[in-house]
Amino acid sequence: MSTTKKLVLVGNGMAGIRTIEHILKLAPHAYEITVFGAEPHPNYNRIMLSSVLAGGTSIEDIVINDWSWYEDNGIQVYPGDPIVRMDTKRKEVVSRNGVRATYDELIMATGSQAFILPLPGADKEGVIGFRDIKDCETMMAASQTYRKAAVIGGGLLGLEAARGLLNLGMDVTVIHINGHLMDRNLDLPAGLMLQRELEEQGMKFLLNKHTEEITGKHRVKAIRFTDQTVLETDLVVMAVGIRPQVELARQAGLDVSRGVIVDDYMNTSIPGISAVGECAEHRGIAYGLVAPLYEQGMVLAKRLAGAATEGYEGSVTSTKLKVSGVDVFSAGQFKDSADTRSIRIQDDVDGIYKKMVLKDGKLVGAVLFGDTTDGASLFSLIKSGENISGRERAILLGVPSDSGSGSGPSIAERMASMPDDEIVCGCNGVTKASIGDAVLNKGCNTLGAIKSCTKASASCGGCKPIVESLLVHYAGDAVGEQVKEGICGCTSYDRDEIVAQIKEMGLKTVKEVMNVLGWNEPEGCSKCRPSLNYYLGMIWPAEYEDERVSKFTNERYHANIQKDGTYSVIPRIYGGVTSPAELMKIAAVAEKYDVPMVKFTGGQRLDLLGVQKENLPKIWEELDMPSGFGYGKALRTVKTCVGNTFCRFGTQDSIEMGIRLEKKLDKMVAPAKVKLAVSGCPRNCAEATIKDLGVVAIDGAWELHVGGNGGVKVRAAELLCTVKTDAEVEEWTYAYLQYYRENARWNERTAAWIERVGLDHVKKALEDRDVRLALVERLELTLGRTVDPWKEIIENDKLRKNFTPLADAQPTTH
Amino acid sequence: MNKLHIGHLEDIDEKGSRTFKVQDTEIAVFKLSDGSLHAVENRCPHKGGKLSEGMVCGTAVHCPLHDWKIDLRSGKVHEPDDGCLNTYPTEVDGNSGEIYITIAG
Repeated sequence: MSTTKKLVLVGNGMAGIRTIEHILKLAPHAYEITVFGAEPHPNYNRIMLSSVLAGGTSIEDIVINDWSWYEDNGIQVYPGDPIVRMDTKRKEVVSRNGVRATYDELIMATGSQAFILPLPGADKEGVIGFRDIKDCETMMAASQTYRKAAVIGGGLLGLEAARGLLNLGMDVTVIHINGHLMDRNLDLPAGLMLQRELEEQGMKFLLNKHTEEITGKHRVKAIRFTDQTVLETDLVVMAVGIRPQVELARQAGLDVSRGVIVDDYMNTSIPGISAVGECAEHRGIAYGLVAPLYEQGMVLAKRLAGAATEGYEGSVTSTKLKVSGVDVFSAGQFKDSADTRSIRIQDDVDGIYKKMVLKDGKLVGAVLFGDTTDGASLFSLIKSGENISGRERAILLGVPSDSGSGSGPSIAERMASMPDDEIVCGCNGVTKASIGDAVLNKGCNTLGAIKSCTKASASCGGCKPIVESLLVHYAGDAVGEQVKEGICGCTSYDRDEIVAQIKEMGLKTVKEVMNVLGWNEPEGCSKCRPSLNYYLGMIWPAEYEDERVSKFTNERYHANIQKDGTYSVIPRIYGGVTSPAELMKIAAVAEKYDVPMVKFTGGQRLDLLGVQKENLPKIWEELDMPSGFGYGKALRTVKTCVGNTFCRFGTQDSIEMGIRLEKKLDKMVAPAKVKLAVSGCPRNCAEATIKDLGVVAIDGAWELHVGGNGGVKVRAAELLCTVKTDAEVEEWTYAYLQYYRENARWNERTAAWIERVGLDHVKKALEDRDVRLALVERLELTLGRTVDPWKEIIENDKLRKNFTPLADAQPTTH
Repeated sequence: MNKLHIGHLEDIDEKGSRTFKVQDTEIAVFKLSDGSLHAVENRCPHKGGKLSEGMVCGTAVHCPLHDWKIDLRSGKVHEPDDGCLNTYPTEVDGNSGEIYITIAG
């Protein structure tokens, strides 16, 4: 018989698992732990769902504890199998799949669910909440087929959902019951500034609107409001609030109000059962933000581990919102009342608003818009409750008040007096004590080291200043240099150092670079191999042999791999100008090979989708057209408008210019894909100002715009220069592209690159004509050595064999 | 146990792969830079991506769909992901260079 007690956690989310993590730290072998969760995923960071929706973060990236964590800690986990019944007398729970578990201690951490307004039609297809990975997936899928989305609720969650949907390319309207956005976190001026900013990003708003009904046959078609106006929509996201998930607790006979009622030690009304997180109600409050949940988890873990704790006394909460360049922060009591005084700055020109609410000389609330760098220190002043009389203005203006004037505690004193169990990083629940432990006992002496050891400041980054101050507090003079990150986990060298060393030491192959620069992985990874291959080709254009095995699938097979393993074929159609004969040829090939879909691309070409790999060389052969590089980090298209050939507004021959550029730059590889466009007049029908390089004709001259992007992050191109002649257009275009090829990081689009280095830097680099001509010459050297990849494969049996499966396996006589 | 002839050493490039089918199972056989051969089920445990199309680094292949990394010797998925796929013993005739694979059952 073992003496360990049985602990069952109901709910596999952030609050519950956080509690378990603390228990494991405080009393590693005290419990035999079993976890049941409704979702089929390991514990993930729900706060980051909006980043997943906004693009750039994958679902795998937001997992906090992966499956191996459960295994390593001996935790039995049942994902996708919620508890459906609790027998508090026999101390037993039963899951939906019939798994039974008995317990000595049970933790309820069932979280909350999106509150779906009980409207007629709320059960239609296409009406969802924004709560879990599944909702995220539903939104992403809807954006593939539908265009219009409506978000009900103009609070934090609603705006994050709306921003994500906007990024997914949907037309988004936010419906809010009140007169200004985020009214539970922001006052009127900040709410209006936020609305203005978001409107500029393309979000639409319907304020003071009450929804009456959701209409549609099977799927949602429209929303009708109480004023009888109607909004057509294909998707409705309800983000009006969350509701503690308490059904199970109620059935089991626990005292439940809004949430499961708990005391200061997270005890419910039945001994042996605790509750923590969003499902719990403490002193009348059910929290929905992460920091309080972690504070509760800490108290509960201490109690279950038999450690001393003073109990939980409620939390002051703060909110930070960051959507596409808008920074908003609010904390505490931010609205004015009879017994408060406030001090504020409002700057509509720069879009900055700051407000501090004071009561009896103490800071009780704050709102920041546009510049939230002071958020963390204001929040800590609110929590400490210290008297700031006489320093209010200095604090609001961001003038450091600890410069020795003696007014109030300095940063060092504040760090020293911070309680050990105060949570510094709300996203990852890292306390002051664990940062101290990382610095004092685990050898961390940089922010980066603390980040990877404790996850502090690894998510939203809002607590970075405090983590840095704590580092100084603990490490003193031992603070190390900030360790820079390498291009991937295989090396600590960054892009510029690698390029410099390749040039200096004359390194000529991927393998040589890895050997000489001491890679951790002898053959690298899928990130560094393709980048090294690119840098080597860029540096040694005349001699480097492109290394096929170091290229991503698409660039190895010169076609775009689809999710089912089939490929797509896009032949080059210069400037988007084709001919009846060419179209008939494409049509004949598509028919002969039974191509499932023929589609116009966004770049004025034709895409044959769903092609079996073994048919690729045959199709290329029969098309007898050059590869369009629709799969590569290379020149994609040069989109053109009709120009003065036919158009009555055209001032220049944009088609001719587009074809000329595309023929020259055909087969040009680059750090990332490159898209060009040429418009024949300022009406800009070729949408040249959202391209990597866009040429726009004006009367008697051409404008060159650079660094634009129309994809995930829309960015308008900036004017590089205006030139008079066609020859100058070519010279500047080629010089600019070569400069990008030589200086950007692998996988960095021109938009991100220019954002990083600044347009002025690029302008300056290209201002000297001799420099431009030298760049053009180097580009020409590279282009002179390219061959059409499709043709190369068709003619080379050694390459072509890799497109066909091996002959059927034959049984041996043996 | 079935021993099947699947091809010749020269059919597979270094850090490359070829595929073949046994009944309904597609198998990919890889050649590493040390010349060794490894046959695995051609289906990433994540979303079914064709591993034969992935990049080979050392003893692992990166799935082309979402970059899961799979050890070709054990069939085990590298951390932080998790999973495992079937592997099949291969043999090469030292004289002729013919490749054989053993399928259980």
